[in-house]
Amino acid sequence: MEKNTAAQTMLEKIWSRHRVIERSDGQSLLYVDSHLLQDGSAPAFAMLRQRGLTVRAPQRATATQDHYVPTDSRDLNSVADPEKREMANALQRDSASAGIRFFSLDDRRQGIVHVVGPEQGLSQPGMFIVCGDSHTATHGALGALAIGIGASDVAHVLATQALWLPQPKTLRITIDGALPSGVSAKDIILAIIGRIGAAGASGQAIEYAGSTIRALSVEGRMTVCNMSIEAAARAGMIAPDDRTFEWLAGRPFAPTGADWDRALARWRQLPSDEEARFDREVNIDAGTLAPMVTWGNSPEDALPISARVPDPAAAPSAQRREGMQKTLAYMGLTPGMALTDLAIDQVFIGSCTNGRIEDLRAAAGIAAGRRVAPGVAAWVVAGSTLVKLQAEAEGLDRIFTAAGFEWRHAGCSMCLATNGDHVAPGKRCASTSNRNFVGRQGPGSRTHLMSPAMAAAAAVTGRLTDVRQLIARN
Amino acid sequence: MEAFQTLDAVMLPLAQANVDTDQILPARYLQKPRSAQFDEFLFRDLRYRKDGSENPEFLLNQPAYRAARVVVAGDNFACGSSREHAVWALYDYGFRVAIAPSFGDIFFANALKNGLLPIVLPAAAVAALIGSARANPGAKVVVDLAAQAVTAPDGAVHRFTIDQFSRHCLLEGLDEIDYTLSQSAHISAYEEALDKR
Repeated sequence: MEKNTAAQTMLEKIWSRHRVIERSDGQSLLYVDSHLLQDGSAPAFAMLRQRGLTVRAPQRATATQDHYVPTDSRDLNSVADPEKREMANALQRDSASAGIRFFSLDDRRQGIVHVVGPEQGLSQPGMFIVCGDSHTATHGALGALAIGIGASDVAHVLATQALWLPQPKTLRITIDGALPSGVSAKDIILAIIGRIGAAGASGQAIEYAGSTIRALSVEGRMTVCNMSIEAAARAGMIAPDDRTFEWLAGRPFAPTGADWDRALARWRQLPSDEEARFDREVNIDAGTLAPMVTWGNSPEDALPISARVPDPAAAPSAQRREGMQKTLAYMGLTPGMALTDLAIDQVFIGSCTNGRIEDLRAAAGIAAGRRVAPGVAAWVVAGSTLVKLQAEAEGLDRIFTAAGFEWRHAGCSMCLATNGDHVAPGKRCASTSNRNFVGRQGPGSRTHLMSPAMAAAAAVTGRLTDVRQLIARN
Repeated sequence: MEAFQTLDAVMLPLAQANVDTDQILPARYLQKPRSAQFDEFLFRDLRYRKDGSENPEFLLNQPAYRAARVVVAGDNFACGSSREHAVWALYDYGFRVAIAPSFGDIFFANALKNGLLPIVLPAAAVAALIGSARANPGAKVVVDLAAQAVTAPDGAVHRFTIDQFSRHCLLEGLDEIDYTLSQSAHISAYEEALDKR
């Protein structure tokens, strides 16, 4: 009884509203409002068929192709590998036979699933959203509980429209103050991961709060929530506010009329109560943040651009030293070198982390009137077809192409190279994606994660660059 | 799902923290169907050199570790991508247990659904197991799920906890989905209430 009257966090509010039943071990069966599917879903549909099960609530699912689609054309037949082509085709077939809403390559609504969900108004405050992809926390930026799941759980949700979950612990990360010039949402989340570590939020759901977060656009909030998984968090979320509601209003699947008014009244109740207790609190002063880049093979290897490559000799343990030595060898780095001395070969601006219109505007702001450095291959891959069309309407594509960037169709592309777009072995890439793991962008690829403006700066100078120097010259 | 009761098997020690699922199963094999033999792709870029030959430095290629069925790893094992293929690759190779101080949440859930037992032990216990597996290549541990105990080569017994439901499913080889389907009436009731909100 006490619990019903006690102050609640946003997570607890969403959790209790979606709980169908609880199991003896304390796990809850949560009802899924929105299930997003991408073209890696074939194994889950195969599991369903094997068991003779059908999709319980197809109207609550949305599918779009992103991982296996070409970005140089919209022709799936141009995908040379028949198994990869089949992944994209299977989603279309499985969606059609189950009666699931599907955005194909010739549909303006196609794109990376984590860009499409919010863009279409399918992702809304207070929802429980799942997707068979680890970056599903993106949707938490709208005030939802959104988690990534594996193929067996995708099959479970398709069959039952619900998912068993242990309730995560709560971590509130509060960031206050004005962001310094040149510092963006990507720098905030890289700094957070650098501070708490790649395992720092294990078993926890993060709520990002504070004046800095409230001042971010909805797109920026998505960038922050997107990378929650890189700190091992179960979810990442941000309280919805007027900015969220304005952003959502009028989107195709957002409620309208009296439904909107009712939803709005409910959404306004979602933010954590003032007296709510979190299991853990972390506070960050925005004024201390700088443009960030990663040097290693974990997103926690994040440093301000003014820093130098760390020295394994200073590592806290022999094991860590050994790990750092392997990382430096893989990344082709020597201890003590300035990060700004690193010459790059490729640039990737895109992904579910930074493939939204605001990201492209930020990158274009740096690219405008400049040229991609000789020998650098720089790509811009819109997060969705609608983002691409919007950017073209604003003339961003012409800024990029005039500067020597390639302007490509929407998809996951070089973030994880499943469609064949990749970083060549031994080549160094300035990337706005989310993971710098060994081989992530292709075997032997060397990835440095950064913001869209920082990636654009790297493209035009040919090396990792402090974007603030270019901003000063604008 | 295959049931799991006990296992007496060789350990593969992976001392580093944050071994990600991209290392366990590189993304370029994600389009393979489950019927493929994923053991070939396990730790692909660590196990094999560019020319396709085995990398002798990777422990799994050393004779004493080839029969490993228990992977013992550093913090945040199998973090990153949600790819269930990472579990399939370990499983197809023959691994049935993974021991670490912490796991990527999604991998942990995926493992339980495929008959791979993920065991969380304190960092000191994991370090001791890794130490003995490195000092004595081929050293074995005994894992007893019903007793929730790992017996180290030196006889030390490490107790672990796993939620009762998952333990029951693993011991009996049962799938969660069948249990949930047996609770369909509750889901229907929830949906009816939802329609009235």
